[in-house]
Amino acid sequence: MSNDSGPAQISYLPPTVNRSAKILIAGHFGVGKTTLVGSISEIEPLRTEEPITQASTAVDDLTQLPQKDETTVALDFGRLTLNERLVLYLFGTPGQRRFWPLWDDLAHGALGALVLVDTRRLDESDAVLAFMEERDLPYAVAVNEFTGARRFPAHEIRQALDLAPHTPLLLCDARARDACLDALITLVHYLAHRLEIRP
Amino acid sequence: MNGRRHGQELVRVYVRTGGRVRPSRELGLVTLVIAANAPLQGLDVEARRIAGLCRSQRSLSIGEIAAHLNLPPSAVKILVSALIDSGHLTVPPAPQQGDAPDIDLVREVLNGLRALRA
Ligand SMILES: Nc1nc2c(ncn2[C@@H]2O[C@H](COP(=O)(O)OP(=O)(O)OP(=O)(O)O)[C@@H](O)[C@H]2O)c(=O)[nH]1
Ligand SMILES: [Mg+2]
Repeated sequence: MSNDSGPAQISYLPPTVNRSAKILIAGHFGVGKTTLVGSISEIEPLRTEEPITQASTAVDDLTQLPQKDETTVALDFGRLTLNERLVLYLFGTPGQRRFWPLWDDLAHGALGALVLVDTRRLDESDAVLAFMEERDLPYAVAVNEFTGARRFPAHEIRQALDLAPHTPLLLCDARARDACLDALITLVHYLAHRLEIRP
Repeated sequence: MNGRRHGQELVRVYVRTGGRVRPSRELGLVTLVIAANAPLQGLDVEARRIAGLCRSQRSLSIGEIAAHLNLPPSAVKILVSALIDSGHLTVPPAPQQGDAPDIDLVREVLNGLRALRA
């Protein structure tokens, strides 16, 4: 990796781990996705970079090889080994809208998404929620409370975001491990409940 | 990342995969692979880097391989796919889940997260 800290330490999984799951950490630009992944990952968060035209054309055309000064889209992700056979990966979705084509690939096979929102910019979350709904990707909403941001009662946030009554809404500090774990637990509890009532 | 260098790396990958630009199997960012201990002679540079990074008694995901080797995930999918075909890598013998998340997997994730919080 070409970051300043040099190559990340490689942390292999034990041979018993033979199952993996994926959850997306979504939200608009600068809402705290990378911070959240960093707060709970057991490994130093990793980054991959994909040339953007390639990502959006599904690599099926050799004439569309990357141009010299092409943009790459970065994905950051972290890992949580959950037991001796199961590992969970958390992928922060790229915030900038022009990178959204890449989300499709990311969303494929994901259990669900934790959508971070900032109460100072609730309108920017609309498109993110629409994206999840169009792909039938179940989600929970976590309000990342920034210092100095005005606090709103939950029902006002629900209304502003037009959340379905069953969609979990919670507060979270993306810098605090336990708060982030609680947010994930709320999401996955909701996912399990959905599958139980609608298998 | 330096865009130009990255682009050339990618071109090499495509040339070396013989112009094959789709993986021969369905691999995702979180698909786990392990090394199969086949000799690395004869492999091209990027394939050798991947096979050299993987371990026989340890697994890594496609996304981790891409991050550690500074290669685009789409290129890693193509190369890993070829390395599975050639017997250099395998996927751990296990119920790799299908597309639809199943309830047992979700419950296991939930229990695992709760255990971390305790
Ligand atoms: N006060 C406060 N600051 C936060 C919190 N979470 C993130 N930040 C800060 O907000 C800024 C953006 O956070 P990131 O985690 O980079 O946001 P992101 O969603 O990954 O951003 P993009 O990937 O660029 O879309 C950083 O400077 C963080 O330190 C939080 O819970 N509270
Ligand atoms: Mg980020």
